[in-house]
Amino acid sequence: MNFFLLSIIKAAVIAFVLLTTLAYLQWVERKVIAHIQVRLGPSRVGPHGLLQPLADVIKLITKEDLIPSHVNKFVYLLAPFLAVTMALISISVIPFGPEIKIFGQPTWMQLTDLNIGLLMILAVSSMGVYGIALAGWASNNKYSLLGGLRSSAQMISYELPLSLAIVSPLLLSNALSLRRIVETQAGSIIHWNILRLPAPQIVSFFVFLIAGFAETNRVPFDLPEAENELVAGFHTEYSSMKFAAFFMAEYANMVTISCVTAILFLGGWQPLFPVAWGSNYVPVAILAAAGLVAIYHGLHPARRLDRLTLPAFGLIFLAIAALFLIPAGQSALLPLFWFLAKVGFILFLFIWIRGTLPRFRYDQLMRFAWTVLFPIAIANLLVTGFLVAWRS
Amino acid sequence: MDVILFLIFAIIAVVSGVNVVVQTHPISSALSLIGVMGSLAVLYLLLGAEFIAMAQIIVYAGAVMVLFIFVIMLLNAGAESKRGRSLVAQLLGFPLLIAFLALTSYFVQRLYTNGAVVHFGGFQGGTAQNIGRALFTQYLLPFEVTSILILIGIVGAIVLARKELD
Amino acid sequence: MNGVPLTWYLILSAVLFALGIAGFLFRKSVITIFMSIELMLNAVNLSFVAFSYQLKQVNGHIFSFFVMVVAAAEAAVGLAIILTVFKNRSTLNVDEVNSMKY
Repeated sequence: MNFFLLSIIKAAVIAFVLLTTLAYLQWVERKVIAHIQVRLGPSRVGPHGLLQPLADVIKLITKEDLIPSHVNKFVYLLAPFLAVTMALISISVIPFGPEIKIFGQPTWMQLTDLNIGLLMILAVSSMGVYGIALAGWASNNKYSLLGGLRSSAQMISYELPLSLAIVSPLLLSNALSLRRIVETQAGSIIHWNILRLPAPQIVSFFVFLIAGFAETNRVPFDLPEAENELVAGFHTEYSSMKFAAFFMAEYANMVTISCVTAILFLGGWQPLFPVAWGSNYVPVAILAAAGLVAIYHGLHPARRLDRLTLPAFGLIFLAIAALFLIPAGQSALLPLFWFLAKVGFILFLFIWIRGTLPRFRYDQLMRFAWTVLFPIAIANLLVTGFLVAWRS
Repeated sequence: MDVILFLIFAIIAVVSGVNVVVQTHPISSALSLIGVMGSLAVLYLLLGAEFIAMAQIIVYAGAVMVLFIFVIMLLNAGAESKRGRSLVAQLLGFPLLIAFLALTSYFVQRLYTNGAVVHFGGFQGGTAQNIGRALFTQYLLPFEVTSILILIGIVGAIVLARKELD
Repeated sequence: MNGVPLTWYLILSAVLFALGIAGFLFRKSVITIFMSIELMLNAVNLSFVAFSYQLKQVNGHIFSFFVMVVAAAEAAVGLAIILTVFKNRSTLNVDEVNSMKY
């Protein structure tokens, strides 16, 4: 089992899991926003709407793929390709867990570890701006051009507070490699970068999150691409798979920003409290509780179909909880659970804010970046630097 | 493996460079220039300059070229016209360029006999730590001067490009 | 051979520099001339990094870093100047911007 074969297996697993996650992330978003707005969301296609992403994929693939006649064809076809490629590349350096043994070969749960991993994520997100700017220009349509220019100007402006908010926890962790950053946050919650003495990074966490919202063009910063502004902005002239490519790129960017937040500020795959205090049983407890709640509600269901599906989900949760009790897989599954829990929490934050806040006007957005967020990020960097130098 | 990677990305760099010069529409030239910068970043990685490679992508390909593309879109620059080109310059220029480059390559190969052989991983000193250490100790004065230079650039660009308040 | 001779990197740098000069001299649109200047600066950066490998020092990388910073500042101011010239003369052809009085 040499290195090359192992890397191909890891790449295949990560790609498959990522693409499925992107499809189901859209389901989660629609369900959560629906429940925030006191309605049901997708509930007809499959139990609780779980087959809705499949239906969406089939619809997008079978739609007519038109190329309008007056577009610049090469750039029009290049733009979604650039957007989705850059969005998917940045997952390759995210560490999902510590060193484990696959078929006797020790390897890390990460596709590759660069010793400049964090800079690579910044570089790839800088290249992602091109997908949007070129899409807006190539469509030969004044609304698309305006939407594309606004969106890329927004992404470039917010890259500055994003980078400054990344530098502050780097002063605490002293490494650019994502694996090393997670390893220096070992211990319990007070060793995570967000609460770590000498300089808790709470301000920097919020600056990074806000700049992350703007980088991924999510509410409240999604003026350039909202459906009722500028006739859907830069992706007006795109249909079927190219439109799906832009949406996949947006969700992949969201996943990347959530993963980087979890790694930089929330301790990556480190558990909440040390193993000696029993943190190995937290996933079992949570999943078993979820399974029991599902089975309890399955006894008095609201709809007739739920009499079958809710107990089925309950049993699936209990089976996964039992999986966490097997000592053989624990070294891989437990860090993965903690990492996915943190990433899931931040993705839920993204979706929650989408359902709650109105969007910024474009000039308010740019003014906020340059006059509020950027000085706060610099001030935070100065304070962090001073505290780190004073204590060491 | 090093040779194959170098040849692939050097050929991509040269073809994109020729494209920058030859294409009539500025957007095509800009996209080819981004291709040059990307392949140069890979060549920097082969030379062990990892921080410079990432800085090239973040700063050059990710910010400076976006600025170029914004200006091309704002000015609605169209394809260049072909009038007014001297035929003699075109006929003579291209072979003379090839001859000059061939002569340069021959002399560089012949006179630079103790050149190193570049393996991937042969130079481990290009890390962010080394660059940071050199930048803040030995080259501190140029660093501060360039920060003032960037400030001048910002003020100049804003003053030149704003609307006149009449 | 299992490595690339350094002279190949220097020849590539010379080729890109010559292409930059050719673009600078032959093209008429001022934005393309600017892009040829950026191509020349990139070629010089490659040369610096190649020699830094030869001497096994990090100074070449530092020079290359400063070249990038200066190129970024120059691009910003140069493009602002191009915008102003376009606003006043309505043309991007350098042959037509040949008198001080409009």
